Amino acid sequence: MSDMLILNGRVIDPASGVDAARDVLLRNGKVAAVEQPGRLSGVAAAERLDATGLVVAPGLIDVHVHLREPGQTYKETIATGTAAAAVGGFTTVVAMPNTIPVNDSVASMAWMLDAARGPVVKLLAMPAATVGSMGARLTDYAALAMAGAVGFTDDGKPVLEDEVMWAALVAAARVGLVVSQHAEDTRLTGGCSMNAGPVAFKLGLRGMTVEAEARIVERDIRLLQEIEKSEGLRPHLHVQHVSTARAMQAIRTAKAQGLQVTCEVAPHHFTLTEEAIGDYNTDAKMNPPLRAEIDRQAVIAALLDGTADCIATDHAPHAAYEKEQEFERAPNGITGLETALGLALRVLHQGHGMPLVRVMQLMSAEPAKIVKLTDRGSLAVGACADVVVFDAAAEWSFAVKESRSKSRNSPFDGAGMLGRVKATICEGRVVYRG
Amino acid sequence: MTAIWSDRGAYAAGSVLGVEDLSVSEVSAILGQTARLEHLAHGDRVQVLAGRKIALLFYESSTRTRTSFELAAKSLGATTTLVSDKSSSIEKGESLKDTGLTLRALGAECIVLRHASSGAPWLLARATGLPVLNAGDGMHQHPSQALLDLRTMLTRLPGLDATSVHEESLRGVTVVITGDILHSRVARSNAMLLPRLGARVVLCGPEPLLPEVALGLGAGVEIERDFDAALRRSQVVMMLRIQRERLAGLELNLAAYIEQYQLNGERLAGNAPEAVVLHPGPMIRGLEIAGEVADGPNSAIEEQVRHGLAVRTALLARSLGRGGFESVTV
Repeated sequence: MSDMLILNGRVIDPASGVDAARDVLLRNGKVAAVEQPGRLSGVAAAERLDATGLVVAPGLIDVHVHLREPGQTYKETIATGTAAAAVGGFTTVVAMPNTIPVNDSVASMAWMLDAARGPVVKLLAMPAATVGSMGARLTDYAALAMAGAVGFTDDGKPVLEDEVMWAALVAAARVGLVVSQHAEDTRLTGGCSMNAGPVAFKLGLRGMTVEAEARIVERDIRLLQEIEKSEGLRPHLHVQHVSTARAMQAIRTAKAQGLQVTCEVAPHHFTLTEEAIGDYNTDAKMNPPLRAEIDRQAVIAALLDGTADCIATDHAPHAAYEKEQEFERAPNGITGLETALGLALRVLHQGHGMPLVRVMQLMSAEPAKIVKLTDRGSLAVGACADVVVFDAAAEWSFAVKESRSKSRNSPFDGAGMLGRVKATICEGRVVYRG
Repeated sequence: MTAIWSDRGAYAAGSVLGVEDLSVSEVSAILGQTARLEHLAHGDRVQVLAGRKIALLFYESSTRTRTSFELAAKSLGATTTLVSDKSSSIEKGESLKDTGLTLRALGAECIVLRHASSGAPWLLARATGLPVLNAGDGMHQHPSQALLDLRTMLTRLPGLDATSVHEESLRGVTVVITGDILHSRVARSNAMLLPRLGARVVLCGPEPLLPEVALGLGAGVEIERDFDAALRRSQVVMMLRIQRERLAGLELNLAAYIEQYQLNGERLAGNAPEAVVLHPGPMIRGLEIAGEVADGPNSAIEEQVRHGLAVRTALLARSLGRGGFESVTV
């Protein structure tokens, strides 16, 4: 593998506490040196990248993507989804298990992670927490962990039963991995297609209440407390796509009590509200749904104060014909890999004064910790040579027709973005150049 | 950042998707042309849409709305075709978009849509580019019903003009809408139209059928749980059916409901002896309304049906830019 020198950039590496002008040497797929400008100028390197005026940061990590392979390759494949990831500055993505068939075995995970699938960036998998994600019987956590699982989830639906979630948290704690929960009490959300409230009433749509999310989060936190007491274990609960003030408050309290709880926020939840549904725009339909402004403000506050640990896209591609349906019938989800950084910088950095270093932390260092990656999410010497180089001041508009994803279901077509990716480097290879 | 996805330009002129699409002056024009078309001689009437093709696409059962749109179209000389979900390729899984494109390819110039999913008319209008008339979408809206209710009120209440309206036309008029507001597209369309003409709309019903968020329908809308108190303020009272098909597990004590919310002769005489009684139908006698009220002198229920035919005639003419609506470009 050839060497690469990234010169004259502003290195922002939250994990090592660096935010300064640095030159970076990548060698053999690893970070070989991060030095004061000029000190590496004598080093011979096959490639030199001039990063003058640009930010050089650890490659972004997304712990929540749907790549649809196997089973729904008309929506996305591992190759197309990870190509979109590279465009967005991501060097690692974690595939959810709700493929067809569900990724719930060592064999299915090995197939998914096989190089033959053609991933453009580092692909990791979070297999199902229960067999077939049916919520009844646990998968083989020990075997899956050995095979490379970075956590367990039934994403798309919750692990609903108390006893099953208890068992999942215990089994995951024994192998040192996280249980990633889709927090939705599905007993309360049947037939619902958006957030409950005046907007849903006006549109004549049944609404998902804030309670439906909060009840599962609160239940899971209670389980953590009980397991710590009775089992002497310290399970790690990760709450996916938190969208409500109430669930966020429960997480804030649990963290203050010292429980091992982390959570993610999706860019659409800090950017849009339920008003974006407008005339039944199915590209504004996802689960959890876009919420009210008070909830949007609460998730932004949580990202600012540290209650929220990371940004994750919940990239969920769907074919046009599936979204061109009656609102209630259209599937949930939007694509997100190519718009995450642009929205984070626009809304959080520019709009709410979040320091760039915190944005980078939310998108690299922290997600790496959640899925227990020790060699990614940082530019420390010896770490994987995963780097994103971007112009933090560049304003641009997202054009969905140019997306590398196989699908086009984004509510952000034409939306203003801040921060343009100039290069994405994964394990020393340039996987995208803007 | 708030990206509101609501582009009026995406819908063909002449569409009536929701009441909010219609300005007060457009409502007034519709009422004026309704009266004009109603009085047009038969020979002139059948020329208005002679040779034009209108599709009636019905995914839900309907008596009044379907029949009146069909008779209205035929009275203007249009050819109509009825497609229902029970006897078409919809049963085989054809999407709404493809059904709409098929109708367009067959020459339909306007589609009248009744659908169980809220928002379906917007989808159809975007997909086909044709003028679409919303004949009721899920729990959302029923704009032609609100217009016919308006015309009925203007005709029955003293001193009002049924051929035109302005922002103050219904000043001093309180319309009580009672019953299953949650599931009612009629209630939503009326509550979003009538206050813009100066009326107060008082919604009445038990919490499970009338959540507080209903106040978000707009200014001029309020909630009164006590039906008798609401009636005492009313000039118009509109009764709604309990929509069993949309209750989705909601439990309701019918005996208690009847006790508190049925409009019977005694309650009407005691609280609002002069009020005009409306019901969009289908009504369940003995449940939300007593037979003696439905058949009594306050009832304008059959007039509503007649006004429905008249108003829909105007909406169809408007959808194709004819019959006095030539300025509405298609």
